[in-house]
Amino acid sequence: MAKKTVNTAPSQDAMGVAVAPPKHSEWRRFARVFFGRKLYLIGFIIVVILIFTAIFAPLIARYDPVTNDLPNKLQGPSTEHWLGTDQLGRDIYSRIVWGTQISMEIGFAAVFSSAIVGILMGLAAAYFGGIVFAIIMRVTDALMALPGIILVLLIAGLGGRGIGVVIFALAFGNIAGMARMMCGQALSVKQNDYVMAARSIGMSNWRIMWAQIFPNAFPPLIVGLTMGIGGVVLGEAGLSYLGIGVPAPAPSWGGMVMDGQGYLLQNPIISLAPGVAIMLLVFGFNMVGDGIRDAIDPRLRGVL
Amino acid sequence: MTAYIIRRLFIGLIILLLVTMLVFLFVRLLPGDPLMVFMGNYSPSSTINTMTAAEHDALMHKYGLDRPIWIQYGDWLNQVLHGNLGKSLRIGQPISELIGERIGRTAYIGVIIFVITTFGGILAGVYCALRRGTWIDNTITTIANIGMTVPVFWFGVLLIYVFGYKLGWLPFFGWKDPWDDFGYSCLYLIMPVASVALGGIAGMARLVRSCMLEVMRTDYVRTAWAKGLSERVIVVRHQLKNAMIPVVTALGGTLGMILGGSIFIENVFSIPGMGRLMTTAIFDYDYQIVQASALIFGGIIIFSNLIVDIAWGWLDPRIRLA
Amino acid sequence: MALLDVQNLKTYFHTEYGLVKAADGVSFNVNQGEIIGLVGESGCGKSVTILSIMQLIPSPPGKKAGGKVIFEGKDLLQYQPNGQEMRSIRGSKLTMIFQEPMTSLNPVLTIARQMTETLELHLDMDKSAARERGIELLKMVGVPDASRRIDDYPHQFSGGMRQRVMIAMALSCNPMIIFADEPTTAVDVTTQAQLLELMKDLVTRLNTSLVIVTHNLGVVARYAQRIYVMYAGRIIESGPSEAIFSDPQHPYTVGLLNSVPKLGERHGERKLIPIYGLPPNLINMPPTCAFLPRCNAKIGRCSKEPWPELRVVGKDHLISCYANIKGK
Repeated sequence: MAKKTVNTAPSQDAMGVAVAPPKHSEWRRFARVFFGRKLYLIGFIIVVILIFTAIFAPLIARYDPVTNDLPNKLQGPSTEHWLGTDQLGRDIYSRIVWGTQISMEIGFAAVFSSAIVGILMGLAAAYFGGIVFAIIMRVTDALMALPGIILVLLIAGLGGRGIGVVIFALAFGNIAGMARMMCGQALSVKQNDYVMAARSIGMSNWRIMWAQIFPNAFPPLIVGLTMGIGGVVLGEAGLSYLGIGVPAPAPSWGGMVMDGQGYLLQNPIISLAPGVAIMLLVFGFNMVGDGIRDAIDPRLRGVL
Repeated sequence: MTAYIIRRLFIGLIILLLVTMLVFLFVRLLPGDPLMVFMGNYSPSSTINTMTAAEHDALMHKYGLDRPIWIQYGDWLNQVLHGNLGKSLRIGQPISELIGERIGRTAYIGVIIFVITTFGGILAGVYCALRRGTWIDNTITTIANIGMTVPVFWFGVLLIYVFGYKLGWLPFFGWKDPWDDFGYSCLYLIMPVASVALGGIAGMARLVRSCMLEVMRTDYVRTAWAKGLSERVIVVRHQLKNAMIPVVTALGGTLGMILGGSIFIENVFSIPGMGRLMTTAIFDYDYQIVQASALIFGGIIIFSNLIVDIAWGWLDPRIRLA
Repeated sequence: MALLDVQNLKTYFHTEYGLVKAADGVSFNVNQGEIIGLVGESGCGKSVTILSIMQLIPSPPGKKAGGKVIFEGKDLLQYQPNGQEMRSIRGSKLTMIFQEPMTSLNPVLTIARQMTETLELHLDMDKSAARERGIELLKMVGVPDASRRIDDYPHQFSGGMRQRVMIAMALSCNPMIIFADEPTTAVDVTTQAQLLELMKDLVTRLNTSLVIVTHNLGVVARYAQRIYVMYAGRIIESGPSEAIFSDPQHPYTVGLLNSVPKLGERHGERKLIPIYGLPPNLINMPPTCAFLPRCNAKIGRCSKEPWPELRVVGKDHLISCYANIKGK
């Protein structure tokens, strides 16, 4: 049966030429998927431009955003005022530029702080399970039972006026979602053998959470964080539109929409232009989030 | 199935209780003076007080605000369980009356938006999934991607500008109840509904499309193809029901989005509904109304999540018998 | 005249890394009532071959790249994949049993619904007749309490039971050929044997042909009358079972047989020898024999000339190799 003439031992060259799958580093793969689709690329460019605008607002804006210039109020677009002026004679373009900074500040601050609390809650719920899990889940249920914007409105409305309160309210509105997402990811990571292995060698709970579970559960969360920025900016604009967000006269996009609503016939740009800015920002972050999801989704490997 | 419903109902009640506690805590613990509604304020650290410490204390005592917070909460809960939502501090009217006048309008608009969003989103999503990669799919998907980013209030303002001011086709301020003049009330309805439905349909279409694509890749759909069934049968019998399972669970979120949207459209279009009642109450610091409307909003969401859970059980036999 | 004659079948996939020739000129035939084994490592293209015959390859990324599938005198590849002609054959004359019993049944439909739909479609039965026939089929494949269990959902069945349901579904319209794609890989070993016995009994009784696709030589050894061995998208050896097992001629088949224990063999009697190296990556393959890097019988010609055509080495026994490992 087994022929002695056939020698199945490997020859050196046989091992040498064994064809391995083409070598692509994770980063190059990520970049190819991410930048391979036009929409994601556009989103990325928008985000980069907006971040740039936020940082260099003082250089990019052409007028002071809060100084009134009543003689020049409600002007249409001109070479002096690219987007015209509002009811108090302030340059709309400059207010939008400064508004970028405010939106970004609030967006990043609220998402960052809600992420820290949410991640801690989610990890704790997933890792300890039992009563800790039940309590955290019921609390997030309760927080999510109120439509996000109503919860945020409550806190921001009753908490007094100021950017700090707005950030606190938006962050608070975001925590439940973050905790849920983290918990879900951590639970699925927890099923893995390497977590069991870590436990069997006596690694402490604290270290297992941070060294084993967190790093593996985090990448999918980046998608949620990125999209969260868009959501928070939308929320901030909503609050400011209702008059409980960033206090006047600071240039906030939502507040500008409200300011202009009474002057739609004289100069619709006051209301309409900031809305376009909001959409650009949210679109940009959504697309970057989508792109990251596609690029890290193992199910899509080799298909695209 | 009955045991399942009872269990969900029980959890729902506990969550509703937690919601009221959280709202109560927010209202009482956030740094705002609950007596601001009387246009008077007193704070030991402030120099511009419009009432004296004694007047302030007297009012605090009158409304029971000087008692420990859990006693206040217990008292409030007790009243609510007896069907008493309290009185508006500002206008003195019973809150149940205030809400009774307004909730119908919010619910009416909300149901219309819900139906349009659900059906529009599902139709668009299924169509795109079946014709994926075609120019129609690309167009709808792009519109949906943009539609999701449009702020409700801004879109409302845009519609007012275009259809109210420029074209003069639609009324854009105030409200007509449908039982007063149905035809005319519909005109009032168009722009508020469109403002919220745009984002709703966009989100729903995206979700349905991705769920359908997911289901199309499954083994059991391949089995269905291997049986020689026609595409129509495969889509209707084998794909839709499976794809709807995650979509149904997302309906609770859709409803939350619609209720949240009602806050904006009722302010943009000056519609006297629940959303406007609540925003005004927050401005006025009329905390009794705030608590009551949060209870109502939370109750609606929790109740509809219960219905979603039941629908889920009905769609997915694995849940039903679990 | 063979019942099914697959000639030079080619199915390619366009992936982000390049062109994958998953089936690259596969030819085989199936006669009435015959049990055929299609054997090879994972990723060698055996499932793709079957799915191509049934025209179930998702396109994109898959693409028909040539060849013929002659069944009842017609070339199936000429039909539209989801057209009327193809659909009337799929599920009635040619049926399939898939690998994953846990995911191959629709979780939200009852077994009854999933069984009756083919009967209603292909045999024009009405609802009650189809249901009766469904119960009968379930009894035939050994599902206990069939008249009650037919109203259950797939998740209420064990893996082995679900695979029995799949077999019943595949048999329901009196098919000419059943393609079983790794039918027993996902179930435990005892169930595996029961299912194979069941399938063998049924096809013998009904005079149906069965094509078993597997990576497990043990599975086909006992049941298949003829065996095709695949490697990297091609048939590299074919012949009657006895010939393949007792007198393998291709270095790859020899390697396969050397690497598995034989029933009745005593411990230590023969050293098991693995095939070294990895199965080739099918992207942008060189024109030479794909087994070359792992082959230890190679001769000078192998690295210079393209992949050899099949040549006869015995009665109905063909290999695709330049070397004569027997020294004939």
